[in-house]
Amino acid sequence: MSGGSYYVPDQSRFPIFMAVSLFLLVMGASSTINNLDDPTSNSVYILYSGFACLFLTMFFWFRQVIKEHLAGLDSNQLKQSYVYGMAWFIFSEVMFFAAFFGALFYVRTLAVPWLAGEGSKGAAITAIELWPAFESSWPVMTTPDQGNEYDLADKSMAWPGWSKALLWLPLWNTIVLLSSSWTVHLAHLGLKKGNRKKFNVYLGVTVLLALIFVGLQALEYYEAYAHYGLKLNSGIYGSTFFMLTGFHGFHVMMGGFMLAIMLARSVFAGHFEQHDHFGFEAASWYWHFVDVVWLMLFIFVYIL
Amino acid sequence: MSAVIENHHDDHDHGPAKGITRWLYTTNHKDIGTLYLWFSFAMFLIGGAMAMIIRAELFQPGMQIVEPEFYNQMITLHGLIMIFGGVMPAFVGLANWLVPMMIGAPDMALPRMNNLSFWILPFAFFILLSSLFMEGGAPNFGWTFYAPLSTTYAPPSVTFFIFSVHIMGASSIMGAINVVVTIMNMRAPGVTLMKMPLFVWSWLITAYLLIAVMPVLAGAVTMMLMDIHFGTSFFNAAGGGDPVLFQHIFWFFGHPEVYIMILPAFGIVSHIIETFSRKQLFGYSSMVWAMLSIAILSFVVWAHHMFTVGLPLAAEIFFMWATMLIAVPTGVKVFNWVATMFRGSLTFETPMLFAVAFVVLFTIGGLSGLMLAIVPADFQYHDTYFVVAHFHYVLVPGAIFSIMAAVYYWIPKWSGNMYDERLGKLHFWLSFIGVNVTFFPQHFIGLAGMPRRYPDYALIFADWNMVSSIGAFLFGFSQLLFLFIVIKTVMGGKKATDQVWEGAKGLEWTVASPAPYHTFSTPPKVD
Repeated sequence: MSGGSYYVPDQSRFPIFMAVSLFLLVMGASSTINNLDDPTSNSVYILYSGFACLFLTMFFWFRQVIKEHLAGLDSNQLKQSYVYGMAWFIFSEVMFFAAFFGALFYVRTLAVPWLAGEGSKGAAITAIELWPAFESSWPVMTTPDQGNEYDLADKSMAWPGWSKALLWLPLWNTIVLLSSSWTVHLAHLGLKKGNRKKFNVYLGVTVLLALIFVGLQALEYYEAYAHYGLKLNSGIYGSTFFMLTGFHGFHVMMGGFMLAIMLARSVFAGHFEQHDHFGFEAASWYWHFVDVVWLMLFIFVYIL
Repeated sequence: MSAVIENHHDDHDHGPAKGITRWLYTTNHKDIGTLYLWFSFAMFLIGGAMAMIIRAELFQPGMQIVEPEFYNQMITLHGLIMIFGGVMPAFVGLANWLVPMMIGAPDMALPRMNNLSFWILPFAFFILLSSLFMEGGAPNFGWTFYAPLSTTYAPPSVTFFIFSVHIMGASSIMGAINVVVTIMNMRAPGVTLMKMPLFVWSWLITAYLLIAVMPVLAGAVTMMLMDIHFGTSFFNAAGGGDPVLFQHIFWFFGHPEVYIMILPAFGIVSHIIETFSRKQLFGYSSMVWAMLSIAILSFVVWAHHMFTVGLPLAAEIFFMWATMLIAVPTGVKVFNWVATMFRGSLTFETPMLFAVAFVVLFTIGGLSGLMLAIVPADFQYHDTYFVVAHFHYVLVPGAIFSIMAAVYYWIPKWSGNMYDERLGKLHFWLSFIGVNVTFFPQHFIGLAGMPRRYPDYALIFADWNMVSSIGAFLFGFSQLLFLFIVIKTVMGGKKATDQVWEGAKGLEWTVASPAPYHTFSTPPKVD
């Protein structure tokens, strides 16, 4: 902007549309979940319409932002606001995962041993009387009361030993995701050198690796349900395993989707300049974040 | 949405749009601030009406007015609405109005997201309040929604509650990101960090806390959702989880949340006391460091809410000392406020009355908090009316008095009109007397052993409960006077000058009253 004045945006309809979309989405989600046992319920359509409205609004909102950017309306200051905004958003995502990792550490180091009667605490004494047969271990393959509401698993997802390492999906997932973090970095380097072809190719490889990761993760879930008997209701190990890997997988899908959009923007619209490509950079930050979360998962959920 | 084609952004003088779309589509920080403030006022009155129901039931022992089930829904919704709908949006509204003006910025850094973070709130509270009309009633497990009350034994409406909390959290996170980015990136040249007004500092720290802990709350309610509907056992000991895990996660959010509701108040009170003492604030940098220390400590004190749940002794001792440590920076702040007033040319207009009452009554709340921090003493006080008295002392004459003080202090700048000083003082004294008559006796009945969250009580508690209820009605109905004063001021009144208050310092007092629709579209000079 000229003359050192600030950019003051016009009114916008997108936020209120998105607010209504989110309203539909959560009303639909709540009623659907509350009516899971009722096959005649059609609240799922509210959920679908919420999703549809959300995606439409996001599409037009982002299109507007990109157009404004291409028209040169963004001051350097506004660009910097986007950078800070994305960084703080990723921090909030870190804290979301922190809640689930905190739950994992708590049950592994405190709750499960206490339930098995370890320690000298009141809770432990109660546990001895309630569930004398329960023994502490991790991955814990049973539940304290071994009631019918739990589908106990036969096998966990933990490290199978060196002899079976090559058949162990999480290892391959780690290789895939770490490589994808590397390829997205190569894409970024290509863009910074003005090499569009390198950018497109490596970004394409990254999106492909993201798809492979999601595919492998789906295969792992299939294995868990079909062959290991490990389910959401297999007790606390299943709970922490599926929630942590599930939310991570969901974030991989979001990050992969963002990168795919960036790829399409570059290939079909020729977006992103050598020194001006924060849209891509934000998505790549997100991708590195997802990668770091996976490393934590690999260590604390699978290996240890 | 035609911003791209018509490049008319140099025209900064255009005023607000006409009609309802001004409010629906707005990207203006002042409009959004106004929306937040009115929304929080509405929620304050709804949550207050629920408090009136609670106090009416507790007026006498025995069951008179409501069913116990409905009483439980009232205490739950009263807490949730006052915290997430009353206090937090009020502070975000103040941040919207004031932060850009105080740092010489034209608007918030991300104006469209600013609109979004406001407009999802009414939907969230619509969902929460609609649960009152659902089968099984509204959430009835207390605002802390401890598992298994909120999981195994919850009404079906808990699913709607969970998603409405998600929306409130999203609103808070987006609002906080906006504030942080505005403060980091939009300060006028010359407004260095240690020259920022204390309200801005307090909000920078608050926003950091919000971004850090609201996602943890989202994680907690997500685990609840999975436990209720999808068979996980996070909070179920029979499946290997632990209900105490819920309390840990909740209070890891909940304790910083407490400071989220008081740090902006510290900022406001510092400004008001400085102005009406006609002196420079005593100890500016120590104020900043005190707030930072409080924010950091707030992450390592959460289990002091859980002393009686069966924690290991080492944890009880750690959390006791960490909690008591917070008294040090808080003491620094109280000392500085008093030192600012010392030998000042004091006058007591309504904002100053509220601010001075804040210092005194918040300190009472802080001291009862110190009593609760002592583990062996807490075994006696836990879940009694002493706790209710404690947190109402920090929240009502603490957070809410500071919001009222802020409204009286800045409303001339917002509306261009002076409020009616006589009515303002009347509102203050009614509120001040009401709040103390309501909550001070609750210390006594709490120490005598009356548990919280019951609709009925033993006869020995009858007298003080009646006193407390009378005070609550006085306080509650005085707020209608506040509503009247605000409307009267917005409609008209004596014109305010630009500086408004004799001792007022800061950029917001350099612009016209009422503040123009767009302020500082070119950066002001600050030295």
